[in-house]
Amino acid sequence: MENAWIIPLFPLISFLFLLLFGRRLKENSGYVGMVLTFLSLIYSLVVLFDRFNHPTYKAEATWLAIGDVQLTAGFEVNQLNALMLVIVSLVSFLVHTYSKGYMHGDDRFHIFYAYLGLFTFAMLGLVVSPNLLQTYIFWELVGVGSFLLIGFYFYKEEAKAAAKKAFIMTRIGDVGLLIGMILLFWQVGSFEYDAIFLAVEEGAISAGIITLTAILIFIGAVGKSGQFPLHTWLPDAMEGPTPVSALIHAATMVAAGVYLVAALFPLFTASETALMTVAVVGGFTAIFAASIGLVQTDIKRVLAYSTVSQLGYMMLALGSAGYVAGVFHLMTHAFFKALLFLAAGSVIHAVHTQNIEEMGGLWKKLRLTGPLFLIGTLAISGVPLLSGFFSKDEILIAAWANGNPVLFWLAVIAAFFTAFYMFRLFFMVFTGQARSEMKNVHESPKVMTVPMIVLGVLAVVAGYFNTPWFGTFLGDWLVEGNEALGHGHTEGPIWIMIVATLVSLLGIFLAWLMYGKKSLERDWLSSRMPTTYNMLYNKYYLDEFYALSVVKTTKGVSVLLSYIEAFVVEGIVKGVAGIVHGLGKTGSKIQSGQVQAYGTVAFVGLAVLVVVYVLAGGYLK
Amino acid sequence: MSSVPVSAYLTLALILFCIGLYGALTKRNTVIVLISIELMLNAVNINLVAFSKFGMIPSITGQVFALFAIAVAAAEAAVGLAILIALYRNKKTVNIDEMNDLKS
Repeated sequence: MENAWIIPLFPLISFLFLLLFGRRLKENSGYVGMVLTFLSLIYSLVVLFDRFNHPTYKAEATWLAIGDVQLTAGFEVNQLNALMLVIVSLVSFLVHTYSKGYMHGDDRFHIFYAYLGLFTFAMLGLVVSPNLLQTYIFWELVGVGSFLLIGFYFYKEEAKAAAKKAFIMTRIGDVGLLIGMILLFWQVGSFEYDAIFLAVEEGAISAGIITLTAILIFIGAVGKSGQFPLHTWLPDAMEGPTPVSALIHAATMVAAGVYLVAALFPLFTASETALMTVAVVGGFTAIFAASIGLVQTDIKRVLAYSTVSQLGYMMLALGSAGYVAGVFHLMTHAFFKALLFLAAGSVIHAVHTQNIEEMGGLWKKLRLTGPLFLIGTLAISGVPLLSGFFSKDEILIAAWANGNPVLFWLAVIAAFFTAFYMFRLFFMVFTGQARSEMKNVHESPKVMTVPMIVLGVLAVVAGYFNTPWFGTFLGDWLVEGNEALGHGHTEGPIWIMIVATLVSLLGIFLAWLMYGKKSLERDWLSSRMPTTYNMLYNKYYLDEFYALSVVKTTKGVSVLLSYIEAFVVEGIVKGVAGIVHGLGKTGSKIQSGQVQAYGTVAFVGLAVLVVVYVLAGGYLK
Repeated sequence: MSSVPVSAYLTLALILFCIGLYGALTKRNTVIVLISIELMLNAVNINLVAFSKFGMIPSITGQVFALFAIAVAAAEAAVGLAILIALYRNKKTVNIDEMNDLKS
């Protein structure tokens, strides 16, 4: 555990190595990335098992000393960090492996792997940071990795726009994080998590500041985790290659916001208002994004909205003081959502389209991808015995125990939506007849299916680390030795579990009626409620709203400022330049080279001096 | 000899100097300009001699200095004329307006 700092370095080596030699290695770059992330994974597992038997380890060194203030850099291995290390390095390794098949034949293959290495380094660095400043540095670095990978197909206009959008939207949130961070530093005098928690516990910070900083930091998390109202970048980010969507925009980076709130959980629990904000934003996002997911036709976009919705779930859990529930769902979600994305990538790889209207009947053709996709779908829908069921159940119990029935029922409805749209996706892609001509549809190579199988197994069993039936091992371990994080397990009434199951089964049944058995017309909703349908299809016109409000205003101000720049500032600059230029011209004209003229001037000057001297009656005082 | 006051010497020197200055600044012929400069020099010499007699501390030094200046001026005139002839050989003119080679 003392050497945990080495974990993020493996991907960094991969990044640097591929930058230097990638061009020569070509597709062999994949092996470099795979081996190095595999080392990270192994070491992360070692650290995780080490952490079971040992207390939290923290090592720091002074980085900067400014007066009395010491800024430190280092790493910390606590329960949350150890768990995140394993999640990130595992998904990263699997995605590295999968990309070997998916990106096969791409000209910039080695660059893709270099970027993956950079991102993995940043993400692993983020989860071991012991202070806010270091967290912020890596937080921005993952943003860069995300930007580079979304814009990987930079020759596509949409990809370029999506990369810029992702970067700018998350930056808006980051400003909140930065202000919150500075405020905390101002109050506490340190960026250390421990020092901040200590100050909060001792009441050294006023309640108002705690609420303010917590909410500001939450704004950063909102940007990164695609929560309403800054979520619009995440669906667009699907322009990137599918493995990237699985790694960054499903399993790891977007979970960074959730991780941040979890890492600063004691700060949030100190303020009722902040917790409430987190819960309300999370709950609203969960149902909001789920409702959009109901009608989308792009396979990756459906999954993207489902990611936004599930991240909302995690936020809701954290906001309802369900620390364990939130982190638990983060883990299970990482596995089944990465699985879904990789399976979707496998489908796209086979049929070369992302439009589910053009798919259908793929079950028989993709004998491995189909069942794996089904496992992921069942897990996310919360069908009993799979991982998503247990974690979702924990969240619902946390929401109920927190005593907010509105949020609880919102979450239940969101669960119903989730089950419905996920199975709508499944039925449309895998059952029925092909709705367009599809030639040469074949299963993906082993290098792609094996990572999916690993994730498929995890999507099934990951829930059993923390169940009300066989013991809440994960939950107890997560909160061990830290009372601020709450209980390892919250007892909830048994009917919640039954309701959750019923709701998800109902969603599946409805999806089956409409898209499987087709006894219900497909346009049942769209024909009856065209307004609602259009609103959902166009994502509540939020992008249009932003384009009209924020973007227009910004553009207006920019045009105004550009005129000021062009006429006022430029005018002043040109005026000054003109005066100097004119002076120079005149001066050079005086320099005629006529010695007599110089003499005259010298004499006149002397005469003037004498006249002044005489008039002033002596030397000037 | 004391009938001629110092102001007369000084006035004469001033007039000479002004004529010299005027000539030096306005004449187009370089030879005239050189002669004008000699005039100004001699105005100064008159001053030197005048003050050697009527100055605060009268002494012979002023007259010696004047003689010295005349000797140097003779040499200077010779060098000046030599330069002028060199210039004339190059430019085929003694018009001072065309002697503006300092202006690039």
